[in-house]
Amino acid sequence: MTSARNESRRPHLQQLGEWWNSLPRTRQWLVLIPVVLLIYALPVLNPPILSTEPGTNFPIACFNAARFALIALGLNVVVGQAGLLDLGYVGFFAVGAYVAALFTSPDSALAKLPYLVTLPLAMVITMFFGVVLGTPTLRLRGDYLAIVTLGFGEIVRLLATIVPPLKGQVGFQEVGHPPGRLPDGSLIFASSNGTPWYWLVVTLTIAMLMLVGNLERSRVGRAWVAIREDEDAAQIMGVPTFKFKLWAFAIGAAIGGLSGALFAGEVGFVNNQKFDVPTSVLFLAAVVLGGSGNKVGVLLGAFVVSYVPDRFTELANYKYLIFGLALIILMIFRPQGLLGARQRLLAKGREAYQRLIGRPEQVSSESALAAESAKGVGA
Amino acid sequence: MALLELSDVSVHYGRIQALCGITLTVEQGEVVTLIGANGAGKTTTMRAISGIRPLSGGRIRFQGDDITRLRADLRVVRGISQAPEGRGVFPGMTVQENLEMGAYARRDKKSVPEDFDRVFALFPRLAERRSQVGGTLSGGEQQMLAIGRALMARPRLLLLDEPSMGLAPQFIQQIFRIVTEINEQGTTVLLVEQNARQALTRAHRAYVLETGRIVKSGTGAELLADTSIKEAYLGVA
Repeated sequence: MTSARNESRRPHLQQLGEWWNSLPRTRQWLVLIPVVLLIYALPVLNPPILSTEPGTNFPIACFNAARFALIALGLNVVVGQAGLLDLGYVGFFAVGAYVAALFTSPDSALAKLPYLVTLPLAMVITMFFGVVLGTPTLRLRGDYLAIVTLGFGEIVRLLATIVPPLKGQVGFQEVGHPPGRLPDGSLIFASSNGTPWYWLVVTLTIAMLMLVGNLERSRVGRAWVAIREDEDAAQIMGVPTFKFKLWAFAIGAAIGGLSGALFAGEVGFVNNQKFDVPTSVLFLAAVVLGGSGNKVGVLLGAFVVSYVPDRFTELANYKYLIFGLALIILMIFRPQGLLGARQRLLAKGREAYQRLIGRPEQVSSESALAAESAKGVGA
Repeated sequence: MALLELSDVSVHYGRIQALCGITLTVEQGEVVTLIGANGAGKTTTMRAISGIRPLSGGRIRFQGDDITRLRADLRVVRGISQAPEGRGVFPGMTVQENLEMGAYARRDKKSVPEDFDRVFALFPRLAERRSQVGGTLSGGEQQMLAIGRALMARPRLLLLDEPSMGLAPQFIQQIFRIVTEINEQGTTVLLVEQNARQALTRAHRAYVLETGRIVKSGTGAELLADTSIKEAYLGVA
């Protein structure tokens, strides 16, 4: 009787989630494929309700939303999965952007590489930065870690300003882009044309989504959840907590670096102006708004954070105010975010879940203590 | 050779010394209890043994091997498992998932289902609550879950930190009976308790801790009969 009442009180989103998780994998694909196709077609369709024009070019708005989604996905590994508050994530984003710029821009003294090579390179280098930052600092917890990461973000920005080869505010022009020209001779991946860039980012985001999803379902993912919920308890369960925190940090950093390199390519210009603390906070807002720990949630959060200022350009100047208020309201009414983290772990995947909700197993109560404990607990 | 041997163990929190040279042993198959007032260093001793708290002096040996500098997660692999003070269940995981986390460090995954059966036989209530989230369990159920989770690691040595804390009297009785049952099934137990009478009744041997030092030791029965213990810990004048 109580369960029926709870059923009706449960939010619709959660019901949707449960319906989704109860579908067999093949049926999920059948639903998923049209959705993905629709997402790919978005900048071409330019639906009037969603369109951001004339304020912002719609394909570029789509690219920005997709880029934000990729960032949020990476930050979610750190904040949502492993529970490590990272306020300097923009630092990794900046490192990725600078890697792409340094190896492709004619303004840089370094050897030139094809742009597409700089994408994995940016991931490897930011991952290295993640390990370098994480090794000394991941022994800290909670607020202390947040302060150190905040400092890291600022250090990267200041280094870009004061180290001469990084060219401060002058920056790097003509950052590379993927090859290819249209029949009329113009570039496919031009800065003014958001659509191919959007497709590239969406493809990479889906790849990262699969990677992160697989990690989540593995031993690594279980360890992250345990660390997030109670680090000491995780440790006495035999989880090498430091190692897994470092992994979360490195993977998060790599995805941040990838999105930075993509950003640099699309804009075609990198200088020290775009990597400040408010940007970091905006990334974090996307994760928290969407639902820290829920992959789909953070994608939604990223879309909201990126799309709203583009769509309602008259509000763009007030975006921090609006997102601040939105976060406060959300913390009151739905502290887990729009789509909260899943309560269950997917430890053994689907069959474990169906076992849990489908048919509870009969457990023998032959122990001598069974009757006694039932009495004791009931009283 | 003792299963667990602490020799001259000291632990500092910053400049404050919490343990001042503790020496104790736990033999294979025993229930040993550590009693003492709040702040005597009982939990610190447990944290030192499980490896969450580094030592500032002394040695810890387990099965004859020096584990003083061994990481906490590797001590679990060796066979030391703890049900922490304040239970420490994973609040967002179900009972089932909490127990699965208990078996995280196990190498022999095939025999894990047996241990599920064993834990559910000891705590039938956990079987009923299997798909319920840890944070929504009652205090007693969380304690059962913490003990059950520690057993899922198939420990050689089970560390129980204040299992009776905050529980109703009939629950306390039940938990202590289960401690004895676990021990009879072959697991060595080191039990920290404020509930000295119960602990001393159940334990083979006991140590009394006062402000970071061991001030007395003996069999459970000896300490139960000791006048100064009676006055200090058993509430008998």
